[in-house]
Amino acid sequence: MTTVPDPEPPATDEVLSGPLIVEFPFTRSTGPVIGAFLTGLRERVVLGIRGSGGRVLCPPAEYDPVTAAELSELVRLPDTGTVTAWAWNAHPRPQQPLDTPFAWALVRFDGADTALLHALDAPPPGSADPRATRTGLRVRVRWAEQRSGAITDIACFEALPQPEPRSEQDGGPNA
Amino acid sequence: MKTIAELLAAVPELADAEPVTRVVVPARLEYSYSPGAAQTRFLRALTRRRLVAERCPVCTRVYIPPRGVCPTCGQATTDRLELPPTGTITTFCIVNIAARGLDVEVPYCYAYVLLDGAHVGLHARIGGLPHDRVHVGQRVRVVWNEQAAPEHPEGEPPAPSLAAISHFTPTGEPDADPETYRRWM
Repeated sequence: MTTVPDPEPPATDEVLSGPLIVEFPFTRSTGPVIGAFLTGLRERVVLGIRGSGGRVLCPPAEYDPVTAAELSELVRLPDTGTVTAWAWNAHPRPQQPLDTPFAWALVRFDGADTALLHALDAPPPGSADPRATRTGLRVRVRWAEQRSGAITDIACFEALPQPEPRSEQDGGPNA
Repeated sequence: MKTIAELLAAVPELADAEPVTRVVVPARLEYSYSPGAAQTRFLRALTRRRLVAERCPVCTRVYIPPRGVCPTCGQATTDRLELPPTGTITTFCIVNIAARGLDVEVPYCYAYVLLDGAHVGLHARIGGLPHDRVHVGQRVRVVWNEQAAPEHPEGEPPAPSLAAISHFTPTGEPDADPETYRRWM
């Protein structure tokens, strides 16, 4: 065998490039507790679960994180809560919950003792707007119009009208 | 553990709701893929029904598809050559699960074909015989895909694609002497 020059060189030596999509459409069973939680989201109902010491866990867990006991007492929660932590996402990627800059936030629903991770549609941190992203921001669920029993049934959280800044005298509502 | 129906029965708004038991969670990765200069040459040549390999100038091993570099020596594979459309099966498997979007009936055979003159196997489907008649050492040749690699091209060349090789089919020759492929399995 000998090395041969290409008798028919291609019209172009431009290197090829193209999209390559690798996708695994996993179907996962939810189990009874997460299944109940997702059923609730589909019906615009937020559910937590009662854990040891009377603590309410949301998102709910099948087993108590402290005692490992099986949990089964669902607790109806309002769709409002408070931001306990956040991270600003200045450059949303395709298929993230929002296509404008937003915060990933931990939100503790009113009446719950743990927090749920989701997107928060609020002005950037540090801006003068009283609804700007910050720890302690009061928020509410923005429900998705089409709901199917998935975490995306919560489109995102949005800021509620914020209470007046606490005054020095009365210590404010959360004092 | 309570069932989901028992759990939901305690929530008035949800007592009659159809319970959610499954979620579909796609894990999706979107790449912008480039096969590189050497494989681009290989793919363009395939549309013209030609098998372009590259040879390492140090160890003389011949690679197809070429990656532009010899994985053993780390040398650029600067020697380009054309291989014949015939080769030997060095290993194979039977595929029993249909991949989505693949227009081939299961079960079918997928094999490494060591093209004559090459030192690595080319992956390809084996057709033209019952899948349980495929064996190591069998002599095969390329069957080209008329759409992706037209015999008499007219107008714009088709988009370069591995689909140019439809499959390999037995040549009918006697099996290859194992000494010819033993080192390259």
